[in-house]
Amino acid sequence: MADQRTLSPLDLDTPDKTFLDANELVINMGPQHPATHGVLRVILRLDGEKVLGLECVIGYLHRGVEKIGENRTYAMFNPYVDRMDYVAAVSNGLGYCEAVEKLLAIEAPSRAQHVRVILTELNRIASHQLWLGTHALDIGAITPLFYTFRDREEILKIFEKYCGARLTTHAFRIGGLQYETYNGFEKEVKNFLNFFRPKIDEYEELLTTNRIWLERTKGIGKISAEDCIALGVTGPVLRASGVKWDIRKAQPYANYKNFDFEIPTGQNGDTYDRYIVRMIEMRQAVRIIEQAVDSLPEGPIMAKVPKVMKPPVGEVYHSIEAPKGELGYFIVSDGSTQPYRVRVRPPSFVNLQALDTMCRGQLVADVIAVIGTLDIVLGEVDR
Amino acid sequence: MAPIATPFFFYLLAAIMLIGGILVIMCRNAVHSALALIVTLLAQSAIYLMLYAPFVAGVQIILYAGGIMVLFLFVIMLVNIDRALKERQFNSQWWVGIIAATTLGGLFIAVYTKGKSIFPERIASVAEADNTQRVASLLYGQYMFAFEIASLLLLVAIIGAVVMAKKRI
Amino acid sequence: MNAFVQYIESYLTSNVTPGAAGNMFWASIYILIVFTGVSVGVICMNWLERKVLAHMQVRLGPMRVGPHGLLQPFADALKLLLKEDIIPARADSVIFWSAPFIVDLAAFTVFVVVPFGPQHAITDMNIGILFMLGVSSLSVLGIVMAGWASNSHYPLIGALRSSAQMVSYEVAMGFAVVSAILMTSLNATGTGTLSMIGIVEAQKAQAEWFIFKFFPLGLIAFFIFTVAMVAETNRAPFDLAEAESELTAGFHTEYSGFRWSLFFLAEYGAMMAVSSIAVTLWLGGWLRPFPNWLSGSTWDSIFSYFPGATFLFLATLCFYETARMPKHPYFRIQTIGLAVFGALLALIGLLLFVPAVSVRIQDIFWFTAKVAGFMYLYIWYRGTFPRYRFDQLMRMGWKVLLPIGLGTLILTAGVALIQQNLWRP
Repeated sequence: MADQRTLSPLDLDTPDKTFLDANELVINMGPQHPATHGVLRVILRLDGEKVLGLECVIGYLHRGVEKIGENRTYAMFNPYVDRMDYVAAVSNGLGYCEAVEKLLAIEAPSRAQHVRVILTELNRIASHQLWLGTHALDIGAITPLFYTFRDREEILKIFEKYCGARLTTHAFRIGGLQYETYNGFEKEVKNFLNFFRPKIDEYEELLTTNRIWLERTKGIGKISAEDCIALGVTGPVLRASGVKWDIRKAQPYANYKNFDFEIPTGQNGDTYDRYIVRMIEMRQAVRIIEQAVDSLPEGPIMAKVPKVMKPPVGEVYHSIEAPKGELGYFIVSDGSTQPYRVRVRPPSFVNLQALDTMCRGQLVADVIAVIGTLDIVLGEVDR
Repeated sequence: MAPIATPFFFYLLAAIMLIGGILVIMCRNAVHSALALIVTLLAQSAIYLMLYAPFVAGVQIILYAGGIMVLFLFVIMLVNIDRALKERQFNSQWWVGIIAATTLGGLFIAVYTKGKSIFPERIASVAEADNTQRVASLLYGQYMFAFEIASLLLLVAIIGAVVMAKKRI
Repeated sequence: MNAFVQYIESYLTSNVTPGAAGNMFWASIYILIVFTGVSVGVICMNWLERKVLAHMQVRLGPMRVGPHGLLQPFADALKLLLKEDIIPARADSVIFWSAPFIVDLAAFTVFVVVPFGPQHAITDMNIGILFMLGVSSLSVLGIVMAGWASNSHYPLIGALRSSAQMVSYEVAMGFAVVSAILMTSLNATGTGTLSMIGIVEAQKAQAEWFIFKFFPLGLIAFFIFTVAMVAETNRAPFDLAEAESELTAGFHTEYSGFRWSLFFLAEYGAMMAVSSIAVTLWLGGWLRPFPNWLSGSTWDSIFSYFPGATFLFLATLCFYETARMPKHPYFRIQTIGLAVFGALLALIGLLLFVPAVSVRIQDIFWFTAKVAGFMYLYIWYRGTFPRYRFDQLMRMGWKVLLPIGLGTLILTAGVALIQQNLWRP
């Protein structure tokens, strides 16, 4: 395990020579490639179709979000974090708001926390739907993409109704929520849950027992629990390798400790297990939302937050379980209205490091499958 | 069915074959050579058709043009063409070639001058309709043993290729 | 002049294909008809694939160009013709230029022997099926040339994959075909045939489609062929040569405009060609369904109404959709267009009810209907299956289909021997 990691990505001292010693191909996959989920560039060194090594070139989508944070007040920076993992913008906002709340030592009221959980879990479903659609598309099944996007639309409708935006929602504010939920919010969320439950079965019907799907995902992109931990991989990828680590349970935030849900884990750490873990996570998210909607308390939605936020000098690290893994915010305050430093620990960026470990010795087609199963968003990788 | 414009098609196909054959050895690019060889083989299969041997023609297309030449191209494409282009064409065995060509030429001239007496005008009657069936009954009847020997040889060749290509079996 | 008319008329009284009759004039006419028909079929397939796939994927598909997007294929063709024709700077231009033509040539030439009816083929060759397999295997040359000449990595990998795949699946396909050909020899003389028309005639004489022959041997061979033919035409789930998520577009990545459309044409032409092999070999070619169960002249006449009825049904669909069109003036032209299209279909349908026409057209109708069924299967596969990985594909070809095909062949031969009382141990 260790030696594989310490190899430099394109170390070719002892390549697997074929009989004909055919040419090794170096292929640039991306930055404009249909299956790299944005502007990821992967330099592949191939022997025929076998991957000898690969190197990720990132930064094509770098916008300097962290640096921007140093020049904005705490409240002003809030919308920027939505632009990192744009398919899970609500989660990003939750992490940031909670981190600043921790710095300010305030706590959002319980109603706000419930709404936060509802929206975040809805966003988790939306993110996993997008992952499922594109992942299946990468492996060659076109149809799931349209099914998932059809159902994701319903979630986006709820977002739009609540905060006026579908993708970059800016749903939460530091200290709670800006807006009270709209009339019929609970009913619509519940309607969605009833609508969505059979849809998960529909996705699974298309893929879970499909022979070709099994052949394409079982044993592909394997990564052991030790490798995962050593590389800092989190989220469904880590859980599929058998580590029961979910920040929602391990270091509960928001209101998660009040809800009853399970953390799915896999055994093999292959693409299929990651698929199953995410499918179960969607079902668990439905469960959490149901409990949250049922127990939605009355009360204020905003804590007492000073008009001008000047957190005391100090630093805070707060992480949440974003759909893709551990999303952490490290904020250093120098006592002024603007953070001294904002550092984001994006799950996609860290998970992407595992690509080389997972792909070595596999075929080109598997690289595609593995990029899909890592569920990366380049906006978050490059920030 | 009466044959149509036989001499014309024969000379046309023969010319294509010859040009193709010359191109095979003249082209510097191996892929071009292989493609020229395919043209030659296709023209040859057409000549088989004219000789009332449709089965042989069909097999020629399937095996040579569709199968073997694809594998040829497959291998050639894997080889670095740019490097091969710069290499000097090896023709150190030109004297062997000259001897072979002279002998073959002499043979052809001999056949052309004395051919009429050696080969009678037409040996067999044309069996167009059941050509394939006749080939089959000959192959699996009279020449059964030779056929089986040939298939055994091919089997040996396949096993040999596998043994050579695989590092460990 | 008189002799020429006589030459033309002489064929009408004969009862064979124009190729067999040696009539150049009618052969040319047939060639024109068949090639136009195939091209029209490709156009229909283009529209149908988009529509069917769209409806499988909860969307509408083309709706803007013409009513229900009926004119979309023409718009596409126009767009492709007007696009800039790019040849990459360091490409091998001659090979790059000729590759699409070779693919097209191979895809269209095979239709020379496809029997749409006992007389409705351009010609009937003694080696018909061999000719079809051989010429369709030539298309791989074009693909390899295209991939190599593009001087780019993705096309090269696509071409390598494609050639390896097609050569491997041809073997399994060959075994399936041979086991069907073996069945043609189950007659009094004991000699089979390779001619496409002869194969169908054999099924007629034995009063059994070969798919049901020696159940389940015929079915297995048919199954092997249907799998192999999807791989042979590089279609989903075996579309590795043009897997867009891996190789952007595979061997035709560098092609654009008209040249690309030639590849497209060839792909769909090849799909129809291999489907017609399957139909000829196992599904009774031009024979109508249930010839034994629903036999007799009454049923014959009932089945002869099918072609007309199909077109009338399509026309009814058109009229129904016309009625459902939005009443906004913006849609007036489209509504009229759809109605006219429906009327056209109805007219064809009524024409097909004329006995003189329906007798001639029946064979062609049943053959085309069976091929159309296969074309639908192709679309269905594409909508439901993920893509195989390359090594899995090869494993499937060599380790699954080939042994099964070989076993089926041996078993078929054995059963045939026993049935013919030729088994003399």
